[in-house]
Amino acid sequence: MLLQRFLIRLMTMLITLFGVAVVVFVVIRVAPGDPIAMMLPPGATDDDIARLRALYGLDKTIVQQFFIWLSGVVRGDFGTSISLRQDVLGLVFNRLPATLELAIVALVMAVLLGGTMAILGARERGTAVEAGIDIASGAALSIPDFLWGLVLILLFGVLVPIFDISGRVSPQLDLPFVTQFYFFESLLRLRFDLTWDLLKHMLMPAVALALPLAAIISQLLKQSLKEVLDLDYVVLARVKGFSETQVILREALKNAALPTLTLVGVQFTFLIGGTVIVERLFSYEGLGNMAIDAVINRDLPLIQGIVLVFALLFVLINLAVDMMYALLNPKLRHG
Amino acid sequence: MDDARIAKRGLSPRLWLAGGWLLLALLAAIFAPLVAPQDPLAQDLMLERLPPFWLDGAEPGYWLGTDSLGRDLLSRLIFGGRIAFIVAFAAAIAACLVGSTLGLIAGYFGGWADRTISRIVDIWMAFPPVLFAILLVAVLGTGLSSVILAIAIIDWTRFCRVIRAEAMGQSRMDYVENARIAGYGRVGIMLREVLPNVVPSIVALLSLEMGIAVIVEAILSFVNLSISTDDPTWGGIIAEGRLSIHQAWWVLVFPLITLILTVLSFSQFGEALKARFDPVLR
Repeated sequence: MLLQRFLIRLMTMLITLFGVAVVVFVVIRVAPGDPIAMMLPPGATDDDIARLRALYGLDKTIVQQFFIWLSGVVRGDFGTSISLRQDVLGLVFNRLPATLELAIVALVMAVLLGGTMAILGARERGTAVEAGIDIASGAALSIPDFLWGLVLILLFGVLVPIFDISGRVSPQLDLPFVTQFYFFESLLRLRFDLTWDLLKHMLMPAVALALPLAAIISQLLKQSLKEVLDLDYVVLARVKGFSETQVILREALKNAALPTLTLVGVQFTFLIGGTVIVERLFSYEGLGNMAIDAVINRDLPLIQGIVLVFALLFVLINLAVDMMYALLNPKLRHG
Repeated sequence: MDDARIAKRGLSPRLWLAGGWLLLALLAAIFAPLVAPQDPLAQDLMLERLPPFWLDGAEPGYWLGTDSLGRDLLSRLIFGGRIAFIVAFAAAIAACLVGSTLGLIAGYFGGWADRTISRIVDIWMAFPPVLFAILLVAVLGTGLSSVILAIAIIDWTRFCRVIRAEAMGQSRMDYVENARIAGYGRVGIMLREVLPNVVPSIVALLSLEMGIAVIVEAILSFVNLSISTDDPTWGGIIAEGRLSIHQAWWVLVFPLITLILTVLSFSQFGEALKARFDPVLR
């Protein structure tokens, strides 16, 4: 049952990825403007152009180009970036950790903040506290990450300048890292001075990404908690003399968390999608920032590589959430 | 008693505030040449980075101050509203037409139509939307119609997903079955029976989508990929403000407030409209 579900999901995932590859390829190939012409100095002859076109495989038909590119992608060969003249996969892997760190820190913040708001709201249900939480989460949800980023830049970058508003790490620092996961590696190496510097750069973009998700978690989890809190077994726990907070944390949360979990999975992909513009806003050197540069420079292989990696990330997250849901949900587990 | 009446009374001020701001901003944008105190493009280096009216050094007639080229901020915001509202209306309506139609077909007919459409939606959902928008505008070329087209191409799935689910629910209801027994054709039932019942959701989504379109346009002009750089846009002003944030904070603050108010208004307006239309809440 579980295995079957997994295999079906795996198949649809591959179809989705193939679809993404086709869409990206078609969109980019219908683009007006010649990337080859942009690479060459103004005095280049037609022969030069033809030679370079052949080098990048641009002289073949679009279907041939697609399958040549796809067979490369399957083997891990994403081609060479036109603007940076480096291997695309290497460039992407160099930047991906920065984006993943940012997204994970934002996710953790969203779960903590949203979860706290939900528990508080459920405990104080029907009071002004709950009404306040509803208003706060409504506002956090309606304002997108791009605008939150700007608000944070103004508040904590200019008005009270306690955080850095651009970059990933202070440039004058000596970095001993061997991986690109600077933040996690600094924790493992117990270099908390570097952790602090990284956090000072990462905190505002992470908060901007986290706020809308925290609002969704707060609203949905609070709703589920309130429903569960009226059930018999919770009432029984209350009769046994547990305090309301204990009842929520020990009894209700377990059973109320499942719908939220599914939603957080989908919303996490939105959060990762948001890193593109938020990284740009904070000049954070991640994948999204590189993607925008690639689009502006019409760097076709690099754009294709980045979009595919994002898509792969998205479908993997959805797959993981789906499997987690199946494992945790007793109805599906024994169905 | 009457939760519905309380809910409705609670919604009204929201509806009025949101609608009021949108109407004000829309009218200012439509009558921009009459309302704007200055020429939004006029540069004057003698007037660069003037602060807003309540601070020392402000000039009369430049209410919200000027940017680093001495252009009047208020006038630029008013003219920028034109692009914002054109994109909001055109892109949201286009996305709505495509998405609602496909959602209605997928939800009502089911079968292979549903499988095909849902597969396409899955593929679309695997793209980071902002990157997709930037890519499309880069491909289509900058300009107003490219921005509108790009937003519609990306955001139709929002309508499709919701309307599909609603149409699916409606098509299982008794009244649809009755209409079929009464001899109505399937397309007729879809348009005459199912569609009216999903209209409240479409209207609410449409309003929400207008807010999203305003943001996407701002993001595109922020990365300098919207319309030509001469015309003022909210995102373009924000990009300038981000650069001169330590010298002239007002160039960032005022467009930001404008954007936040507009986005909040569109989403509140949509929710209030939905509550009005919703027979259960009403």
